[in-house]
Formats: sequence, structure tokens, C-alpha cells
Amino acid sequence: MEDFASSAPDILRAEHICKAFADKQVLRDVNVRLAPGELVCILGVSGVGKTTLFNILSGLLPPDSGDVLLADEDGSMKSIAGETGHLSYMLQKDMLLPHKTIQDNVALPLLLKGMKKADARREALRYFDRFGLAGCQQKYPVQLSGGMRQRAALLRTWLCGNRVALLDEPFSALDTLTRTAVQEWYLQVMEEIRMSTLFITHDVDEAILLSDRIYIMKGSPAAMTDELRIPTPRPRDRDYMLSEEVLALKRQIRELIG
Amino acid sequence: MTRLKKTAEWLTPLAFIGAALLIWQAVSMSGIVPNYMLPSPVQMVQALIRDFPLLMKHSRVTLLEAGLGLLIGVTLGFAAAAVMDAFPTVKRGLYPILVITQTIPPVAIAPLLILWFSYGIAPKVVLVVLVSFFPMAVGLLEGFESVDDDMIRLMKSMKASRWQIFRHVKVPAAMGQFFSGLRIAVSYSVVGAVIAEWLGGFEGLGVYMTRVKKAYSYDKMFAVILLVSVISLLLMGLVRVLQRRCMPWAYLNEEINK
Repeated sequence: MEDFASSAPDILRAEHICKAFADKQVLRDVNVRLAPGELVCILGVSGVGKTTLFNILSGLLPPDSGDVLLADEDGSMKSIAGETGHLSYMLQKDMLLPHKTIQDNVALPLLLKGMKKADARREALRYFDRFGLAGCQQKYPVQLSGGMRQRAALLRTWLCGNRVALLDEPFSALDTLTRTAVQEWYLQVMEEIRMSTLFITHDVDEAILLSDRIYIMKGSPAAMTDELRIPTPRPRDRDYMLSEEVLALKRQIRELIG
Repeated sequence: MTRLKKTAEWLTPLAFIGAALLIWQAVSMSGIVPNYMLPSPVQMVQALIRDFPLLMKHSRVTLLEAGLGLLIGVTLGFAAAAVMDAFPTVKRGLYPILVITQTIPPVAIAPLLILWFSYGIAPKVVLVVLVSFFPMAVGLLEGFESVDDDMIRLMKSMKASRWQIFRHVKVPAAMGQFFSGLRIAVSYSVVGAVIAEWLGGFEGLGVYMTRVKKAYSYDKMFAVILLVSVISLLLMGLVRVLQRRCMPWAYLNEEINK
């Protein structure tokens, strides 16, 4: 496998991750690198083990072997395998709590860390404009559209305050039109907040539109079989998706996923 | 929903009740059934008005027993549900026992309770505790378990403690079931207190019922039955109001649909 990752020091590295459930090997020697500010997609068919990998990276599951390393503020790599709370996690479902207002929902990670309610709310409110949520503070999740709810979920993920975010198919539950709009919005926000992100998807177009690099995850047990760099830098627009470059990339990815 | 439809919704049951009362009144005035055995609705209401001060005095005692028993039953039910949710072993052991206890009719244990706790309000309160505990424990447990596993995963990835997950996610998720359980428990508690009073005591609607029965004053008897129904309905309505107050988010969609 070619290594397309930049020579910049990594912020997150997964090395030789193996995982089995009841004799069934799911992951075999999975390696992932993420540079600061990078947006990297992990592309693979449903059920290949992408979510298992994220559960390991986030510390919800311990790996059978291998290690997860996160860069400290001073740049040294520290193992976080089996420890939660180091990476921010966002799921396909928005997972907003129905009984809390949007303001309280996004402030939840701050509250869990022991911040006072009033302070947590004030801190959360600072980002409402930037995330396109102005005016939604006092609303409950049921009053918001699917797209708005994912915006709130992303803000909550951001407010977890970790250096790396894991996004597990965050837009796949949205209808096509909403998804396109949210993807464009997401690219814009990422330009501003520059959150280093690993992003799971099974949507080839989404992977090409959003990421700097793409890992192809394949096989049973699964591993990263290929890696591509998207030549055109982010942010990209809708027209880009109609370019020759994208067509070529799609053809290449189709062959690689097989 | 249109206004007309809404009106029709509560007018229909009212019309049926009215018709039933009219038929009852007609039957008892026609003399098909002897008047002393089945007093007419009008006689019943007359008895209710005549005995009103006395009925209020007895109601106070019954309500005290029901309220006290309910308070203890709800608290114990909550505690039991929380413990069963936290410790699956306890649930496996305790749950079947709880179900078995529910097959024992309250009327059967009431005499025992009077033997054990004498004729004061204690045996009545205990019986109310027994009948209100179960719907609360079962409802709350179901509510706690209704939480999406992914929500728990997300909370854990945010390093939430078990207590924080319980407080921010599980308890609010169980609010709907809590109030459904409470509505059942409230009606059980009034009936339970009355049943316990039948079997012996100095004051209370059940005691009054046995007295008027012995005096063959069936109009008074029916007046008490009417009063017990009205009290139960009022209390259930109160629970509904309380639920709307405590769970504003659950009624937002309803308002949108109006």
C-alpha cells in the first residue's frame, strides 16, 4: 500500500489493530494515520468492520493487539487504547436527547466534564452562529429538521473539545437533498474550525467531496487495502463533482473496492 | 385536527354515558327492579349531596392512606427499577418474584394485613404500597431499558459516569412510562385503600360503605361508589396535567399538528 499521508507529524495513529469477536476475526492489522487538520475518509461496504474500528479508536472496545496513539500538546505520541474520552465521536443518528433544548444538548459534553450549567450554556452559545444554529437555542430536537439536528450534533461533537473527531456515517440518515446541503455546509465549517477528522462512509461521492485522503477498507477480516489522495484541495463545490478528476477517482475506487 | 373533530371526540363518550344514565333512571322509575335494590341516578346524587360533609370527612382519611401509600410505593418502585437496571443479576432474580406477587389478589392479603398491623391506617397504607409499587417498578424499568444502546455508547465515549448516564439519559427517557405507571398506580391506590377499609377500620370511605350496606341504604352506597370514581378520575387528570408540565417536549408535535 502506498503511503500518501503527509510528512507532518501525525495527530492520531492506529497501528496493527486486530480484533476478533467469538472466534470471528473482524479486523486484521489495520493501520490508520491522521495529520493535524486533515479530513480522512474510511470507505468500505456496510458491515466490513468500520464501526468496530471506531469503537476501538474511541476506547469503547480494547483492541486484541495493536495500539492507538494520540499526539500530546507537545507532539509526543501517547497510547489511548481502551480509554474513552480522548476522541470526539459522532454517530449516524443525531442522538440528541429529546428532553433537552438544543442549547442544553450541545452543552452536554461540557456539563459531563463538570462545568457549571450556566457556564456550559454560555460556552455553547458562542458557537451557535458559526454552526448555523442561531435562534435554535431554546428549541427541542423534535422541532428541528434532520439537517439542523445533525448541525447540532456536530456542534456537540466539537464541544467535546478533543483534538480528533470520529464521524461515523454522520449524514447517511439524511435525505439526498438535505445531505448535499449539509455536506457543503460541513466543508465550510471545517474550513473555519479545522478539526482533525476521521470519517466513515460507504458513499463514494461523499468520500471524494469531503476528504483529503481516502482509505479503502475491505475483506474479511478487514484491513486498509488501499489509500488515495484527492488531488484538488478542499473546499470543493458541486461543480467539482462533475469533473473528469472525480470520474477517474470513482472508476479507480470502484475497481479497488471490487 | 379540526375543532369540530376535537369536540366530537369528547362529546361521544359523554353522550354514551348520558344515554346509559337515562336508561338506568327509566328502569328504576318503571319499577322493574325494586327501588331499594337499585336506586336511580337521581337518588344517588341526592344522597351524595345530603351526606356530603360526612363523605368529605371519610374521603380525607382514604386520601391520606392512598397518598401516603402512593408516595412510599412510587419511591420503592423507583428504587427497585434503578437497582434492577444497574444490576442485571438482581433483575433476573427479582423480576419473576415481582410478577408472581401480582397474581395475588389484594383482597386476599388485606385481612392478613389487618391482623398484622391492626385497625389503624397502617394496613391500608401497606396495601396501597403493595398495589402501587408494581406498575411503577415495571414501567420505570422498561423506560430505563428503552434507551438506545448507541446513546449509551456516545455517553461513554464522552467519559460519562454511570450516574451521569442515569441522570441525563435514563431517567428522562423513562418519564413517559413513569407517568403511565403513575396513572395506573393512582387509581389502584384509591381502590386499594377502600378495599382495605372494608375489612376493618374506624374511618374512611370503605368503612362508611360497609356501614351503609348494613343499613340497606343502597342510595348512599352508590353515592360512595360515585365519589370514589370521581376522586380516581380527578387524580388521574391531575397526573396528566403534571405530565404536561414535566415533559413539555413530548407535546410539541401535538401542537404542531393542531
